[in-house]
Amino acid sequence: MNHAAILDEQRSDSVNPLALYVHWPFCVSKCPYCDFNSHVRDAVDIDAWRDAIIADLVHEAALTPGRPLSSIFFGGGTPSLMPPALVADILAAADRHWGFAAGIEITLEANPSSVEAARFGDLAAAGINRVSLGLQALDDGALAFLGRAHDVGEGLAALDVAQDAFDRVSFDLIYARPDQKLADWETELARALAFGTGHLSLYQLTIEPGTRFSTLAAKGELTIPGGDEAADLFETTRAMTTAAGLPAYEISNHARIGEESRHNLTYWRYGDYVGIGPGAHGRRGKAASERHKKPENYLAAVARNAHGIKAEADLDPATRATEALLMGLRLAEGVDLAAIAADSGIAQGNLIDARAADQLAALGLLTRDGTRVTVTEAGMILLDAILPRLVAI
Amino acid sequence: MTDLSHIRNFSIIAHIDHGKSTLADRLIQQTGGLTEREMTSQVLDNMEIEQERGITIKAQTVRLNYVANNGETYELNLMDTPGHVDFAYEVSRSLAACEGALLVVDAAQGVEAQTLANVYQSIEHDHEIVPVINKIDLPAADPERVRTEIEDIIGIDASEAVLTSAKSGIGIAETLEAIVAKIPPPKGDRDAPLKAMLVDSWYDPYLGVVILVRVIDGVLKKGLRVKFMQAGTEHLIDRVGCFRPKIEQLPELGPGEIGFITAQIKEVAQTAVGDTITTVVRPAAKALPGFKQVQPVVFCGMFPVDAADFEKLRESISRLRLNDASFSFEMETSAALGFGFRCGFLGLLHLEIIQERLTREYDLDLITTAPSVVYRIQLNKSRTDDAREIMLHNPADYPDPSRIASIEEPWIKAVIYTPDEYLGSILKLCQDRRGVQKDLTYVGGRAQVTYELPLNEVVFDFYDRLKSISRGYASFDYEQIGLREGDLVKMNILVNAEPVDALSMIVHRGVAEARGRHMCERLKDLIPRHLFKVPIQAAIGGKVIARETIAAMRKDVTAKCYGGDISRKKKLLDKQKKGKARMREYGSVSIPQEAFIAALRMGEE
Repeated sequence: MNHAAILDEQRSDSVNPLALYVHWPFCVSKCPYCDFNSHVRDAVDIDAWRDAIIADLVHEAALTPGRPLSSIFFGGGTPSLMPPALVADILAAADRHWGFAAGIEITLEANPSSVEAARFGDLAAAGINRVSLGLQALDDGALAFLGRAHDVGEGLAALDVAQDAFDRVSFDLIYARPDQKLADWETELARALAFGTGHLSLYQLTIEPGTRFSTLAAKGELTIPGGDEAADLFETTRAMTTAAGLPAYEISNHARIGEESRHNLTYWRYGDYVGIGPGAHGRRGKAASERHKKPENYLAAVARNAHGIKAEADLDPATRATEALLMGLRLAEGVDLAAIAADSGIAQGNLIDARAADQLAALGLLTRDGTRVTVTEAGMILLDAILPRLVAI
Repeated sequence: MTDLSHIRNFSIIAHIDHGKSTLADRLIQQTGGLTEREMTSQVLDNMEIEQERGITIKAQTVRLNYVANNGETYELNLMDTPGHVDFAYEVSRSLAACEGALLVVDAAQGVEAQTLANVYQSIEHDHEIVPVINKIDLPAADPERVRTEIEDIIGIDASEAVLTSAKSGIGIAETLEAIVAKIPPPKGDRDAPLKAMLVDSWYDPYLGVVILVRVIDGVLKKGLRVKFMQAGTEHLIDRVGCFRPKIEQLPELGPGEIGFITAQIKEVAQTAVGDTITTVVRPAAKALPGFKQVQPVVFCGMFPVDAADFEKLRESISRLRLNDASFSFEMETSAALGFGFRCGFLGLLHLEIIQERLTREYDLDLITTAPSVVYRIQLNKSRTDDAREIMLHNPADYPDPSRIASIEEPWIKAVIYTPDEYLGSILKLCQDRRGVQKDLTYVGGRAQVTYELPLNEVVFDFYDRLKSISRGYASFDYEQIGLREGDLVKMNILVNAEPVDALSMIVHRGVAEARGRHMCERLKDLIPRHLFKVPIQAAIGGKVIARETIAAMRKDVTAKCYGGDISRKKKLLDKQKKGKARMREYGSVSIPQEAFIAALRMGEE
């Protein structure tokens, strides 16, 4: 069975899945490549945060009644720094207010340090059944460059603990690092695949604005592989993961069949998700919401309003359809134009540029099968150039 | 009215930067035309562009009242003429209004080619030339060498040349005396039928069209019904006056005098330079000699960068044309650049001036296509059409080659004046541009070389190349010498096998390949990579003469995109789509507008 067939089957399980994202914004230190909403604080008042996050959760639950959660994801920041009891309390509140769908996936992002590995058992006991480990590299020099506190030995030890403690384990690697040769990456990736996890997130290093790396790049002190080199690295990655039985189901995500991140699939399939915690985004029906980013502002907002929303607005049909396309086309399964048309009210023929679609198909970058449009293996690497041509809205 | 014997009409001949405007300013100041407070530097060059570039575009006159050393008061009419060959005809009419000229030569730089051309013209008008050696207080000044140069090169007596520093006010009184003493007074008959030459004209928002005139015979007065003999139109004069340089109304202008008239004329186009003005009652028997209808010689397309600005461009061009009848325009459409205008100019400087005024005064963002010249094409008889002659202004209108019997292109005679050390490179440049050497002479450390060149080679960045290889020391002047047959072909640029109209050009077969290769290489760098490889070809008819290929894009994808990234990604997509709207599609290839601008930009090799 291929990805698409499996995913279709999963989809039929819960017709209207609801995903919950919980953002824990604190880190021990800030990594030079990371532009996520993360903050370093000397002390964190756990009780205050428990109250705030749960209040925020209650607010959202009231707006989405009768919809059991199909997945929960603790992201950050560094959510593995959360006390397991706090995780347990939040999960209990979620269960109380929404209820869990059968086979719920509950993921937590974790740093592969010995300190955090020591808590994996408690986190599992609290209800976490999947972890995503920020291993990032299997090379000590690269880990130091990426500003990570752990070394390879410590990271692999944590991976071991995680594989014992949790049903499902994934880990992240960052590749296309400065001066990384194709042969080196092949060796590193082969080693990574041998650990036998069912899921891998493999990201090409991207220089994000507002990070230390972007300052270095602007000064000319940091260059990452570009053009042909980056393309070779990408293609090799896909070939090797496919050969190992973990083909890409999304641009940077690889899994054994059935081991895909259901939570992230909700984003890419443009399903509904609730986002709570600082800076979290949500899509609830037509409404898009965004929480206050700065931890202190978030706490103050919850104290004032009993929720952390900074802005909330209904998205117009064109925006919803566009978002559905740009997220969905990242997936190997592609998008169903009929579904997007039904949700947005925009006619199928007006969603994509038919002439561009024909040209892209002739170039082998796109396939159309009935109402389904899929970017091909060859097209994925060019997705950002394809989208502005294809999307007609 | 001043008695003929007390009138002096003169112009000032000078190379750019040799101090013409400063000297004029001093003469005005010394004779009290303006108080110290009213003097802005370069009083005569009103237009912003004139002041910036130090050039004169429109002719102007100033009347000075000068009390000479002999105690008599003289009326000096200073005619400031355009200094550039693009305006050669206007210059000739301004010169025809004078009896003499001050030849201003920089005491350090010496005689330049442009000066020469104007001096010869002035001599042709039988002018008395008064040499003025200016900037004598510069450290590099060498008045004696320049004096010899004037005598050797120009062949006029410079022994009594006036030594000045207009900037420091040295020699101004002597200059005024020399004007009175050396330049002959005009001739004329007050009682003969009116004969006045239309020297130049411009549009003034308060006065309507203001006409500069030189009265030859008879008298111009307010209320007089006059006839423009070439245009065949009649007008009622409602103002007569002169500039000092402030406008001043006068009861009349008599023979020998220079001044202005207005006659409630709305468009400059109705006032042809060189026309003869006479009275309706008792008209002159014959018009003045030398009248010519000026024709644009250099053409280019002008398109708004933002298509929404088309109407604004139309309005601005129309308004400019009100004041400059020598440039022409008609609507043009280009698949690449949208709606715009095909404009004709007297030369490259004229083109640049109009372009700059549109950009600056009318705040328009413009794309200007490569300048081209006018070709005369003889067409063979076809089944549906007789043999006939066409004038081709736009490469896009190039006819079916099988019908072409012959093509003729305009040629020029160019005089280049350069320090010796650059001569080799300049000769090579001229040879590369299909030049035919006619003359080469040396004077001191300088060479004067005369070439006949096809104008289409000159409009293609010749002047910029000349400046760059001579580090700005070579000067260049040209006159048109008529049409000559040439082996000319239309070269198309094809992007992904589709011709790009805005980039096609007419070239000589001998240089087509080099030109084509250059254009392909340039475009290869200017057009971004696409999802597929893009061939760029230069072709003559079906034959490809140069080719480059833009490799297909390899990778363009965002690594991370989760729930919180959607809004940002959507904004990025909107931006990309907006960027795409500013591109032009050719054979499914999106060419950014900047690529057209850069590919067409003059003066880059």
